[in-house]
Amino acid sequence: MKVFLFLILFVFSSLALYSQVRKPKAPAKASAGASSSLLKLSAGRGKVVYAVNCLPCHQADGGGVPNLNPPLIQTPYVTGDKTRLITIILKGLDKDIEINGDTYSNPMPPHDFLKDQEIADVLTYIRNAFGNKAGAVTAPEVKKLRK
Amino acid sequence: MKLLFIVLLAFLPSLIIAQQQNGKAGTNNAGLTLPSGFNAIIVADNIGKARHLAVTPQGDILVKLARLKDGKGIIRLRDTNGDGIMDSQTGFGNYGGTGIAIKNGYLYASSDQEVFRYKLNDKNEVIDPESPEKIITGLINRRQHESKSVTLDNEGNIYVNVGAYSNSCQVQDRRQGSPGRDGCPILDSAGGIWQFKASKLNQSYGDGARYATGLRNVVGLDWNQQDNALFVMQHGRDQLNMFPSLYDSKKSADLPAECMYMLKKGDNAGWPYIYYDPFLKKKILSPEYGGDGKKEGSSKYIDPAAAYPAHLAPNALLFYTGNLFPGKYKNGAFIAFHGSWNRAPEPQAGFFVVFQPFKDGKPYGDWEVFADGFSGSKEATETGRAQRRPCGLAQGPDGSLYVSDDNRGTIYKIAFSAR
Ligand code: HEC
Repeated sequence: MKVFLFLILFVFSSLALYSQVRKPKAPAKASAGASSSLLKLSAGRGKVVYAVNCLPCHQADGGGVPNLNPPLIQTPYVTGDKTRLITIILKGLDKDIEINGDTYSNPMPPHDFLKDQEIADVLTYIRNAFGNKAGAVTAPEVKKLRK
Repeated sequence: MKLLFIVLLAFLPSLIIAQQQNGKAGTNNAGLTLPSGFNAIIVADNIGKARHLAVTPQGDILVKLARLKDGKGIIRLRDTNGDGIMDSQTGFGNYGGTGIAIKNGYLYASSDQEVFRYKLNDKNEVIDPESPEKIITGLINRRQHESKSVTLDNEGNIYVNVGAYSNSCQVQDRRQGSPGRDGCPILDSAGGIWQFKASKLNQSYGDGARYATGLRNVVGLDWNQQDNALFVMQHGRDQLNMFPSLYDSKKSADLPAECMYMLKKGDNAGWPYIYYDPFLKKKILSPEYGGDGKKEGSSKYIDPAAAYPAHLAPNALLFYTGNLFPGKYKNGAFIAFHGSWNRAPEPQAGFFVVFQPFKDGKPYGDWEVFADGFSGSKEATETGRAQRRPCGLAQGPDGSLYVSDDNRGTIYKIAFSAR
């Protein structure tokens, strides 16, 4: 047993070392500036919209609920096409679709009662929370899709 | 590097076995906290999304999986060498689902819209796993509350839950501000318990009877032999916080109770028009139907037999008829609470098995937590990131209690050793 524990320790510490050595240096971003601080402001407001309107189902960590409500972590719906994402918020979603390999049985109700800016903010927030990284959503983009 | 991995992999099985044996020795009870004198072991692991389960008199365990694993929806586990661990695993049934039960020489199992039965031989083995009889068909499955749990009485009837495909029968389900529908049309074909003949083929709604209505979603149900009556556990409604002026997040987390009902034919438990408030001990009119959090609903709806904390998701109910456990457990109820999600942002709760004492066929005294620790830690419970979620309960031939988990696919055996 002791030998075994030692082996585990050894494997993990060498793995840790290995990954440290391999970690690529983050490329210095030049363009940051104004647009990134706008994104931060919008995401900050979006966090509040999220807490009231989305958190009950998708949970505080964005991890969802197994079999019932999908996660918002690294899903193609969250970080992908903005038109599709905005449409989910405006119209809701109730279909047997696979989200990262699993299906979820609850319906997502339409959230068209939120204002354009609130939807833009909450989507900018989820696209940049829970380990996601994707561009901001703006109010005019939401307005365009609202009928 | 690679070599080390292989070494590690090679050791994994022995690690798992060591853990199981620890459980057996009663040292860590497979990570569960139990009343003194009880012990637990893991008898099978990673078998799939294990929903309900049944144990034959010979000790084989039959587990219904929510989704197919390697093309199989029912797993048979067997202990071939008598050490208590289920070392042999086979599968059959090409459908996912929840319900499974053994009665009078047949195994019954459900998909999310049908119920099948399989004839058993004198060793209670399924004779022909590939060609079951389809006894019930065409039950409504609109994704939400889709599972069809089953139990049987002693007169040749089978009872099937058909959950309401809705939270509170709003015009637009779960949408803030959407009103409740009058004369909720969902109740015609869902939101209740249907009774069918256990031996008749191809029955659908027209061949059965709506035994009880006004039940939002039942997953745990069992026939009580003392009362000769059906008992069910309802999953109470979610999202009272859609009405923030009436229910703040704390209230929405603590309301309504998860209720146990004793059902007689024709009973109406009142969903979606009322919910049960365990603090006021009253049936309160739902806010979608004009309620304000205080107004009482109609008295024509039945009262619960017992009430439990909100949103804990009772997924299994089992009346204990064995002789292994101490006397107080006899004819009492075990309830597996799958664990909450609709308590957020308040801490989540549940993920445990509860014991409800009974006397003369009625709940008697306070419920108590019987087996806890499935989630893995307090933090995992509170965030809802539970490792395991108790979902099914069954009694073994020796009177031990089996618990299934549909997250990791773990089967626990809980026994008692007199000291
Ligand atoms: C009542 C519960 C509920 C609420 C409230 C809710 N959702 Fe959902 N959401 C769901 C469910 C369930 C699905 C999956 C529906 C399906 O599979 O058809 C979903 C799907 C999604 C998806 C696409 C799938 C994925 O996981 O990437 C996104 C994005 C999403 N929701 C974002 C939001 C946002 C943002 C809010 C708040 C404005 C919100 N949801 C509020 C339940 C909810």
